[in-house]
Amino acid sequence: MDWEFFIELGLGGLTRGSIYALIAIGYTMVYGIIELINFAHGEIYMLGAFTGLIVAGVMGIYGFPAFAILLMAIVIAILYCAAYGYTMEKVAYKPLRGAARLSPLISAIGMSLFLQNYIILAQTSDFLPFPTLIPDFEFMEPIAHIFGSTDLVIVVASAVSMVALTLFIKFTKLGKAMRATAQNRKMAMLLGINADKIISTTFIIGSSLAALGGVLISTHSGQLNFMIGFIAGVKAFTAAVLGGIGSIPGAMLGGLFLGLTESYAAGYISSDYEDVFAFSLLVIFLIFRPSGILGKAPVEKV
Amino acid sequence: MQGLKQSIITSLWFMFLTFPIMVARVNTIENTVEWRWMNLAYVGVGVFFLSYVWRWALARKEAKQYEAPSTETAKKQSWLSRAMEEPAVARPALAALFALSVAMPMLVTTYQTNIFISFLLYVVLGLGLNIIVGVAGLLFLGHAAFYAIGAYSYALLNHYFGIGFWIALPLGGLFACLGGIMLAFPVLRLRGDYLAIVTLGFGEIIRLVLENWGSLTGGPSGISNIDRPGLFGMELSVADANIYIYYIVLALAIITMIAVQRLKNSRIGRALQALREDEIACQAMGIDRVNVKLMAFGLGTAWAGFAGVIFAAKTTFINPASFTFMESAIILSIVVLGGMGSNLGVILGSAFLVLMPEYLRAFSEYRMIIFAAAMVLMMVFRPQGLIAPKGRKYHVDDPDLIKEGEA
Repeated sequence: MDWEFFIELGLGGLTRGSIYALIAIGYTMVYGIIELINFAHGEIYMLGAFTGLIVAGVMGIYGFPAFAILLMAIVIAILYCAAYGYTMEKVAYKPLRGAARLSPLISAIGMSLFLQNYIILAQTSDFLPFPTLIPDFEFMEPIAHIFGSTDLVIVVASAVSMVALTLFIKFTKLGKAMRATAQNRKMAMLLGINADKIISTTFIIGSSLAALGGVLISTHSGQLNFMIGFIAGVKAFTAAVLGGIGSIPGAMLGGLFLGLTESYAAGYISSDYEDVFAFSLLVIFLIFRPSGILGKAPVEKV
Repeated sequence: MQGLKQSIITSLWFMFLTFPIMVARVNTIENTVEWRWMNLAYVGVGVFFLSYVWRWALARKEAKQYEAPSTETAKKQSWLSRAMEEPAVARPALAALFALSVAMPMLVTTYQTNIFISFLLYVVLGLGLNIIVGVAGLLFLGHAAFYAIGAYSYALLNHYFGIGFWIALPLGGLFACLGGIMLAFPVLRLRGDYLAIVTLGFGEIIRLVLENWGSLTGGPSGISNIDRPGLFGMELSVADANIYIYYIVLALAIITMIAVQRLKNSRIGRALQALREDEIACQAMGIDRVNVKLMAFGLGTAWAGFAGVIFAAKTTFINPASFTFMESAIILSIVVLGGMGSNLGVILGSAFLVLMPEYLRAFSEYRMIIFAAAMVLMMVFRPQGLIAPKGRKYHVDDPDLIKEGEA
């Protein structure tokens, strides 16, 4: 057994898994509150990456230091994605509350296609190179060939934001209101919780995390195009399902699980079929354990 | 005044929202930025007026909800579906349409015949998907995979065994049908959103396998030099072969229309509709859920297989790039725009999606974004689609039964 290869794959899976977890949180939170698979969530991630690229491009010309650029790119991408998530909910999902079950889902698919084509028309359909924004840290030198500085930043940033989110949900008043709305929206409304506000907040938080993921992964992979959101979105959704959709710790766990599985399957079996493993895992989980690792099986009311 | 203020705020909000993406375009290689300030003005003005329309439409929709819904459904049918019900109008219209579609290849150029072939292919694909999505209410996002199964069946059989078009056509349909049933087995328990995602995943798996199994399928570069269908051993020129394929696909489209129409009113079709309305009640009435669902998938995907074989014969070259998720989404939007469950709707939907961008070249660039917006708007303002599907009316002639019903 080649231990170095094993560890390398594990660390690669960790990086990948943290990004999946970041995006999966958006899916799982929205699903927890309005029971909608927000198909366009992957596109928010893609928009975040593009906004980051534009900020980085503009600031790069004026010669700002890489660190400042990274920080600004992340902040502005988060700001804009939060705004996009908020607007998307108001335009495409809010008028559909109480409509038949399929309608919001089709509306979400429409939104996803809309955002993809918006990028094609306003920017480009080609692959664009993304500048490297994270400098090589000196203390990472000995293991840089298997776990670079970018990986470290991704893992740390994801971990920090997930801890922050967990604390927010657990200990703030807004977090409590969100949990209440997720459990029973009508009851929460009767108790004076503004459900519309809670739903908007959910979209804003999910989109912000997706934006963070978008910028970080683009600087890691060094390129982006309008399709990155689709694949990342489906994978993150897989992660959310693996962990148990509706559960935030589940999304984190599912993301890591999916990242590691993909990484090891690609390393030991075949990298051509990397995406096939992810989809097969999704199909297998949905068939045998649709409630996921941490989820509760839903009780069907007649 | 209130409206003006709202519109200005919305317009400013969207100007802020679209600012980075619409205005700046960076070139990270040459380190230049292109600023397109005019776009900001377009967005501002466009959103300003659209927000009026949006609010007006929302208000109209809300006002409708408070009207008595029972009287409305009776008289609120579009003129088109009313005309179709009148035999005196419908029969000559259908005959004229039929004559026109038969004469079509003589009237137009080869290029336009080609467009009509793809239009009819989408009609067949849409009608097939309509059985699954519209009639049975199962959201299915992997239709392109079965289209691919049909196309690859013919391409591979032809490439490796030299099997001709007419043998491959039923085989392609059969393989797609079997594929649909194979997919349906594991997903029987799933519904709604989960089903949609699994079918999407399945569609992507098929495409990825086609792309990566290079030794069999030729990988991303696909298979070329597929035979065109033969006509009694005659060698046809490309233009003639096109006309020939046009007639094949026209015949297939007509057969599909009749078959789907008959299916909807058959025992199976009624079971499917019952399943869509309420799965539990449906089982309580003694309908075998497993059988009916398998049938819905098998019947729907078989048409995609037929269409795939014809597609392969028409283009003589196929590769996995023709069968992406985008393709499934286009077929789904045909069904959704046309009106889920309505056959006439599917025809109008594919006409809108295929013919409009061809004839309005200026729009072709904006084609997908218009459809995507239409999908969202349709769901918000007219979830039943262009042509609302309606159930068949049953007449009771037996006076005793009528009395019983009234009692």
